[in-house]
Amino acid sequence: MKNNPQDKILDEVTQGEYKYGFYTDIDIDSIPKGLNEDVIRMISRKKMEPEFMLEFRLKAYRHWLTMKMPEWAHLRIPEIDYQDIIYYAAPRQNVKPESLDDIDPELKATFDKLGIPLDEQKRLTGVAVDAVMDSISVKTTFRETLAELGIIFCSFSEAVKEHPDLVSKYMGSVVPYSDNYFAALNSAVFSDGSFCFIPKGVKCPMELSTYFRINAANTGQFERTLIVAEEDSYVSYLEGCTAPMRDENQLHAATVEIVAMQNAEVKYSTVQNWYPGDKSGKGGIYNFVTKRGICKGDHSKISWTQVETGSAITWKYPSCILRGNNSVGEFYSVAVTNNFQQADTGTKMIHIGKNTRSTIVSKGISAGKSNNSYRGLVKVLKNAENARNFSQCDSLLLGDKCGAHTFPYLEIDNKSAVVEHEATTSKIGEDQIFYCNQRGISTEDAIGLIVNGYAREVINKLPMEFAVEAQKLLQISLEGSVG
Amino acid sequence: MEIDGKEILKSINLEVNKGEVHAIMGPNGSGKSTLATLLAGRDLANVVEGEITYMGKNLFEISPEERARNGIFLGFQYPIEIPGVSMVNFLKTALNEHRKYRGQDPLSASDFLKVMQEKKKLVEIDSQLTNRSVNEGFSGGEKKKNEIFQMAMLEPTLAILDETDSGLDIDALRIVANGVNKLKSSENATIVITHYQRLLDYIIPDYVHVLYDGRIVKSGGKELAIELEKKGYDWIKKEISYNGMILDKSLK
Amino acid sequence: MGETLQITNWNEELSDIFNRNSTLLRKGSPDYVNENRDRGIAQFRKLGIPDSSNENYKYLNLDFVYKQQFQDYLMPEKVNFDINHIFQCDIPTLDTHVVTLLNGFYFDRSRPISDLHSGALAGSLNYAFRKIPDLVKKHFGRYAKMEKEGLVAWNSAFSNDGIFIYVPDGVVLRKPIQIVNLLLSNSNLRVQHRNLFILGENAHATVIVCDHTLSDNRFVTNSVTEIFAGENAGLDYIKVQNEHNLATKLSNLYIHQERNSRVNTNTITLHGGVVRNNVHVVLDGKGCESNIKGLYLVDKGQHVDNYIFVDHAKPECTSNQLYKGVLDDFATGAFNGRILVRKDAQKTKAFQANNNILLTDDAKMNTKPQLEIYADDVKCSHGATVGQLDEDALFYLRTRGIEENEARLMLMYAFAHEIIAGINVEPLSARIDDLVDKRLRGELSRCANCAINCR
Repeated sequence: MKNNPQDKILDEVTQGEYKYGFYTDIDIDSIPKGLNEDVIRMISRKKMEPEFMLEFRLKAYRHWLTMKMPEWAHLRIPEIDYQDIIYYAAPRQNVKPESLDDIDPELKATFDKLGIPLDEQKRLTGVAVDAVMDSISVKTTFRETLAELGIIFCSFSEAVKEHPDLVSKYMGSVVPYSDNYFAALNSAVFSDGSFCFIPKGVKCPMELSTYFRINAANTGQFERTLIVAEEDSYVSYLEGCTAPMRDENQLHAATVEIVAMQNAEVKYSTVQNWYPGDKSGKGGIYNFVTKRGICKGDHSKISWTQVETGSAITWKYPSCILRGNNSVGEFYSVAVTNNFQQADTGTKMIHIGKNTRSTIVSKGISAGKSNNSYRGLVKVLKNAENARNFSQCDSLLLGDKCGAHTFPYLEIDNKSAVVEHEATTSKIGEDQIFYCNQRGISTEDAIGLIVNGYAREVINKLPMEFAVEAQKLLQISLEGSVG
Repeated sequence: MEIDGKEILKSINLEVNKGEVHAIMGPNGSGKSTLATLLAGRDLANVVEGEITYMGKNLFEISPEERARNGIFLGFQYPIEIPGVSMVNFLKTALNEHRKYRGQDPLSASDFLKVMQEKKKLVEIDSQLTNRSVNEGFSGGEKKKNEIFQMAMLEPTLAILDETDSGLDIDALRIVANGVNKLKSSENATIVITHYQRLLDYIIPDYVHVLYDGRIVKSGGKELAIELEKKGYDWIKKEISYNGMILDKSLK
Repeated sequence: MGETLQITNWNEELSDIFNRNSTLLRKGSPDYVNENRDRGIAQFRKLGIPDSSNENYKYLNLDFVYKQQFQDYLMPEKVNFDINHIFQCDIPTLDTHVVTLLNGFYFDRSRPISDLHSGALAGSLNYAFRKIPDLVKKHFGRYAKMEKEGLVAWNSAFSNDGIFIYVPDGVVLRKPIQIVNLLLSNSNLRVQHRNLFILGENAHATVIVCDHTLSDNRFVTNSVTEIFAGENAGLDYIKVQNEHNLATKLSNLYIHQERNSRVNTNTITLHGGVVRNNVHVVLDGKGCESNIKGLYLVDKGQHVDNYIFVDHAKPECTSNQLYKGVLDDFATGAFNGRILVRKDAQKTKAFQANNNILLTDDAKMNTKPQLEIYADDVKCSHGATVGQLDEDALFYLRTRGIEENEARLMLMYAFAHEIIAGINVEPLSARIDDLVDKRLRGELSRCANCAINCR
């Protein structure tokens, strides 16, 4: 069995190399390892935050101390020593960069190498980027263009200072600091992230995006993103991330909050490509993320699209609270795990308003010795008349040493609900490969083709430019040295 | 009439009398099936305005089952599969509901089986079909034959056959058409909805109406169907764009 | 924090009941059974009665099992009445070997075990403990795992009797064995019993289990049934649960299948206050087939909770789970199905479906179908739906002149029939069909053989 060519190719296919694993040697301003109230005060001081932020952080920290690490996920998580992590590290910048010329050329080169040029001239005009390295935002492009429309797009630190009213109104309103273990930790120590506010009636003319880069060693990355879409507004937001290759594991615990008012639509896309660890399972990022959006107003819509290829362990469930009547929640996900990666990801759709609809499409692809789980909750509350949900969760297994699991929870408390969940698990059919072979396509190309076809439904939901990236990423994660 | 805010049927003026066979033809999406289900009482759409009078009754005021018991029969374009409900139980319930409505006693099991045998023979339906669940696992042809068989059992006054010919091979088509013809009398009427003239070679219509974009744009005798077959629907479309609406007012 | 402490106390109290009665509990059983008993109580002290912090019991609250005042029925009391006077199966055409349990103990003391034919036995498990220890030892306590399941540990500590069935190699029992579980008492009662069925190679049998309550007080039954199906064996296991609304049924079924064996289980829950059915199936040889089906019709404040775990331990096995439910009034239901395909269990085919119809806004269904798969050459799928009747089908029926209400009943009945059709004991399936039809029409507001008007 083991000797058939298909298995051999699968073995080879699962040897993909991580191409973003380089490290930038720059001067770093960091604080000592460890976590206590003093550290939190230090972070807040370094960021020159107003008092309310420090209070928020301390409350969260004190609550975190009472909590335990969640255990229900289908994951094996080695014990994390929270005192062995550096909670603040930033590329040293003497002054806040006013123009591109003020940014360390080394930093610019790093982002160029990652394919995220900070120079607006070089960028495709359709995308505004907030580039975050370790604990701080390096540069936000197109800020002025957007400001003309009343759109605020800046780093979270700047928002805290420049728009404290908006931040204090919405921060923690979707993901309270007490929500879960990692959300509490994030609320206590978060360093930077992006803030965007789309005013009433404005359709954001370009894609907003944040690029997260972990660079420094022994640090944790704790960013926080807040998106507020006022009535009748629209925004499409992208998030990308990479990290250097290291033997130690690094912790990434982020929080994303989205608020959509009446008739507003927010599209949030992620291509997650943190360093997944090496072939033997050494190193890699622990990606423990809380993402949640609330459709507050009637006819509002939040759509999550994610392509998850990186991280040693992924624990994340981008969710929608469908509070407004006729609001819509969507979740489209492709999660690829290889080697020793573990992923437990999915979504929660909480139907509260009337005539709310949600769609879940999840495609898991497991290779190597990895484990890939879908975990999702569809909850229809008692007064949520005419709620509709359709979930389709498929798993594809490449090889016989990996695992694919599906854990849906359906909690239905209203008789007018129609909720359907379907899932299948399969491997790539030999007849499919044969069919491709017969048409002159090599087996490795056929696998790439089939995997991409399998994920297409989700990839198609990504903005154009990202879709191409994601497709390439899928190939890289699985293909590696083949051909 | 609107579905999701879209106007589907706009201007339909149709009178069907006892003993008549009307054919409604038209291209895809012209509203044929919507008209058929509207007659049978599916409330999938909002009727903005209009009325349907059937034997002196306003149809919009009565439920689908009451319409059925009053003699309206819809032969579905896509008959619904109902797993677990046996054909015998289904038809027995339906027939006895009709009888109850007319003030007749329900049929005994043996009488019912006798009637069923008779009707099966009449419409040449395979006796095995009635041993299964309603339409479950039936082929396309079997489903259509089953519709005609049910029509035979329920003896409607107005039968509406929605694309009964689609998906049938030539033999099945003949069987279905023969069934319809045998059931035809001076006391009932039939509306045949179809794409092609083919079925009308077997079921000869008294009138042919062309439905296009929610309107009846042309009406005529059976020769209209033949003309349509020859010239295609583009011909009608062109004619409309030249002349606006055409309606043969001489028709009743 | 305070509450956790309290729960621990309750479990300690239950353990104390064991300590106070351990001489009595031990008296009737041989050493090997009492060793299992000791392991049971030790394990129960660790696990306790499962609560909602246990992922498998997320939707079930068993507090009342110990918060209410109960007596534990530890030893059979002398009865001087003819069981036939108070209970008779009302399917006259159903020809079966009947064995009866009263409050978890074998009723017919004068004939503790019967030779059905060719060495096939049915009778008291306690009697089998003592008279055929070699055979019993090989299987007893082997399949019901108490390491993770507090209910099995609890049962292992307290149970002393139940039904024993043995079908030797090659014996085919044409006549079904019918187990009648009766509950009768003047006070609130906790009952624990244990069944063991052993089917040898090529052995075939049909077992029907009927649960009934005969008095109107509260009952908690915690039963463990272990089934061993040898190579090529075939078993049809049909369970009809028809207890009143004050009864709690905790049923733990463990099935171990050897190569090419086939076991079909059908669990029909017509009535009961709180019903929890745990079904564990281990497919431990190539080519096994397992069909696990269930139907639940619940109303008022009833709760039905089905947990099914199918362990594909060996390649080329097929399993098929299908559970369907209709929930009325403010009834609640939960389905938790899990398929595990182990690493080398290639060519597995495993399917799982749970379909529900909610009839009111107060009814609630939680469903959790799960797949856990470690082999790649498999065909697995699962699906779950919660919704209403198919509107297209309803319309179709109405266009044929059938009243809307009647059409709804027809569709509901058809929905349920898919499960009943899988029962291949003709008079029984017809009877259940009838019961289900009546139940859906609201004509069966109380249990068929029960003198008590349910609340």
